[in-house]
Amino acid sequence: MTDQAVEREVGRSRLRKEDARLITGQTNWTDNIQVAGLLHLAILRSPMAHARIERIDVSPALERPGVVAAFSGADLAEGLGSLPCAWPVTEDIVLPDHPPVAVDEVRYAGDPVAVVVARDRYAAADALEAIEVDYDPLPPVLDLEAALAEDAPLVHADKGTNRCYTWPLATGESFESVRQRAEVIVKRRYHQQRLIPNAMEPRAVVVTPLAASGEYTVYSSTQIPHILRIMLSVVTGVPEHKLRVIAPDVGGGFGSKLQVYGEEALALAVARRIGRPVKWTESRSEGYLATHHGRGMIQDVEVAATREGRLLGLKVDLIADMGAYLMLVTPGIPILGAFMYPAIYKMDAYDFTCTGVFTTRTPTDAYRGAGRPEATFAIERIMDELAVELGLDPVEVRRRNWIRHEEFPYTSVAGLTYDTGNYEAATEKALALFGYDDLRAEQHKRNERGDPVRLGIGVSTYTEMCGLAPSRVLRDLRYAAGGWEAASIRMLPTGKVEVVTGTSPHGQSHVTCWSQIAADVLGVPFEDVEVLHGDTKAAPQGMDTYGSRSLVVGGSAVHRAAEKVVEKARKVAAHLLEASAQDLEFTGGVFSVKGSPEARKSIQEVAFETFSSHDLPDGMEPTINAEHLVDPENFSYPHGTHLCAVEVDTETGRTSIRSYVCVDDVGRVVNPMIVEGQVHGGLAQGIAQALYEEAVYDDEGNLVSGTMADYLVPSAADLPDFVTDRTETPAASNPLGVKGVGEAGTIASTPAVVNAVVDALRPLGVHDVRMPCTPERVWRAVRSATAGEEASP
Amino acid sequence: MTHIKVNVDGTTYEDDVEPRLLLAHYLRDRLGLTGTPIGCDTSNCGACTVDLDGATVKSCSVLAVQADGSDVTTVQGLARDGEWTALQRAFHERHGLQCGYCTPGMIMAARDLLRENPHPTPGEVRQALEGNLCRCTGYQNIVRAVLAASGETLAQEVAEEVTA
Repeated sequence: MTDQAVEREVGRSRLRKEDARLITGQTNWTDNIQVAGLLHLAILRSPMAHARIERIDVSPALERPGVVAAFSGADLAEGLGSLPCAWPVTEDIVLPDHPPVAVDEVRYAGDPVAVVVARDRYAAADALEAIEVDYDPLPPVLDLEAALAEDAPLVHADKGTNRCYTWPLATGESFESVRQRAEVIVKRRYHQQRLIPNAMEPRAVVVTPLAASGEYTVYSSTQIPHILRIMLSVVTGVPEHKLRVIAPDVGGGFGSKLQVYGEEALALAVARRIGRPVKWTESRSEGYLATHHGRGMIQDVEVAATREGRLLGLKVDLIADMGAYLMLVTPGIPILGAFMYPAIYKMDAYDFTCTGVFTTRTPTDAYRGAGRPEATFAIERIMDELAVELGLDPVEVRRRNWIRHEEFPYTSVAGLTYDTGNYEAATEKALALFGYDDLRAEQHKRNERGDPVRLGIGVSTYTEMCGLAPSRVLRDLRYAAGGWEAASIRMLPTGKVEVVTGTSPHGQSHVTCWSQIAADVLGVPFEDVEVLHGDTKAAPQGMDTYGSRSLVVGGSAVHRAAEKVVEKARKVAAHLLEASAQDLEFTGGVFSVKGSPEARKSIQEVAFETFSSHDLPDGMEPTINAEHLVDPENFSYPHGTHLCAVEVDTETGRTSIRSYVCVDDVGRVVNPMIVEGQVHGGLAQGIAQALYEEAVYDDEGNLVSGTMADYLVPSAADLPDFVTDRTETPAASNPLGVKGVGEAGTIASTPAVVNAVVDALRPLGVHDVRMPCTPERVWRAVRSATAGEEASP
Repeated sequence: MTHIKVNVDGTTYEDDVEPRLLLAHYLRDRLGLTGTPIGCDTSNCGACTVDLDGATVKSCSVLAVQADGSDVTTVQGLARDGEWTALQRAFHERHGLQCGYCTPGMIMAARDLLRENPHPTPGEVRQALEGNLCRCTGYQNIVRAVLAASGETLAQEVAEEVTA
């Protein structure tokens, strides 16, 4: 018998198992689902940002052809509770009621007011026009600071305030005391514009009822089938064990599908009410109103430092736009960022406060990075300002403050323990790849000769907290659930393997990567592993996918479960080989007896012997399948150095990226090809925030950038080629040594680009450009600066 | 209702449709050809791109009745006897997709580019795909895939496919 050749999988750029269906169109998006008698649900949405519903009559819709039912908010109020917020960040947080369909007041343009169910999607859309609604307009609430004034109009009148919460964190010395001894103080205000996540697949939900037994299957384009199941049960009263939630193929999420949406609850409630299967699919423009937005903050940031450039302290005051209601984790998003403002730097004092404010806009919630891009932007922007203040190179000011590699593990001033990292190595590599010194020299020459097209160089040395999350930390942060993840492994009689994961991929390549992990531990071929996910019946336990957690927590669970399989199999193999378990070696999927290599059993043979159970050790449970749940002991901390060179045309305001280099340290890498792809996509989204995207509202609270024609999601023509590389310091907190990569590019790139734009314009007197740095904003900044005025972006 | 006769991926269909029915919805909801997804309602994203009589169209911007008497090729009609086209292989081999929602449109748009310009530069690929949005990949590997697929083999393959 020869040993089965099993190559080491982890670390290989395996081509994806996911691709075959996707490139041939054999997909299973939620909107593809057809079932007998399927009805289509359409939603009438408020055209106003804020108004009382004086009168609503849905009955004319019932006269329209093909219409089966129509409901107002009041019609649905029974049996449809408030949508949940799972992260009440303070004890005294204001938690407004959030009906999936507004009953007496609408609070953002897009707030649902009525529902129609019809035989096809065209008939449903037509019938919406027949619904009569009289609105009595109320004043919109749009300005975050004005909303906090005593006499401000209120989003939720019954709450008496627009202040949702104030969440403070003060660690280390008092900021006041370090401010006293500081030689340099730099204070800035930054604006995080609202962004629209724009997963390419619009949201959709299909509910099929089994009326006789009160069972429901919910198909949804979601990142979180498990959390959704629990929450839908709470909102609709359908018992959890009668609900099955399936996330079929899901076309991207970026946080926007980390949500329990009104439409999901509505579809379930309506299917239950009428006993018929229903489907709702959002149009893109509808999604711009109805799918949560991201970012939306004002950041007041102050650093105190010595003349030599050593940071003494950091003070951050945030005002965060909650939008009209609190969705699943709305209030927690800025809090996820709270711990990241001190970033990779050593300092003595840190003072943070966030005030959440209600406005009459679409609710905000997680968008790629969720709190951490905002934090990284603020600190990395102000580090550049500090460098200018001190006359230092921006890389040098970072070098003087960052945690040196020999200082790990290091507890940051915010209280996080960074396990591993090497900022020096990543930065040196990035500088070399970028040709930093040459570019600086060219910049100098061009500035000297007054080149109208300026060269700017931006740096960002970021870290992030990933692998969400240790459950006890979540408890301390008042998050309602834990942060564990589950995996189980089933050894099939024919030697094939099923990995069941509680993570729920929507583009991240879990099927490929989990196969690599399991194949290595079990010593089976990569091709022999299948990965089951995204169905609460097939994968009953899980905490789903967000926050760069899937590989770190879920991948570790797969690894541990596979180890358990091997340990169980070892006992069976020992019995079959008439040896003691301690005398067995396991390599390449084969157990052999030390010293007598001809005595062997492959794990596949053991799987069959266990299935037949004819000759198992006495008292042994007839299975080698195993399950493992991981509750992470710490977060993981990817880091890296990103460098961006831009050419800014001072006459037209146009910015173009000339080169972009990033060196990321995401720990051990399971699949380098996939990691690189994640970085590319992350960069695109971070650059998009810097240069292109913004959810713009007019003075009445209408979303002006309300279609894909008005909101600039960058195309291939708007983005450069990226140079990506890596350093590798394995994480100490998980068996794989991985750190997570889904958000790194987005977190790092926004400040790198804006720092570059500002660096290009600084000789002209520009010290900031508000995002997105559009040609108009850049042009105006240059004009005001050269006219001797303060740049007003 | 208007009677239409359309050949899609080699099969002829005859149907009575509402004149306002979009080709994208006809393909998806009536014919069950759900390989062509819909990503927006303003013809910006290109996810629904198909080939209509040799021209690339966004099927959300074409009425089903406009396709009467036409040949439509979707991503589901590209592979021959289970053999992927060079572009499909290249998207797989260069990791040109993540969630895969934009992929059918990207492949159809790239196919059109290579038909017109068998040896594009990276810049030409980026310009040609301007009407197709992807939120996952940052486009770099899509550009790599299209460049990898470019050349004689593909041009020949597309020519054969069109005449077939």
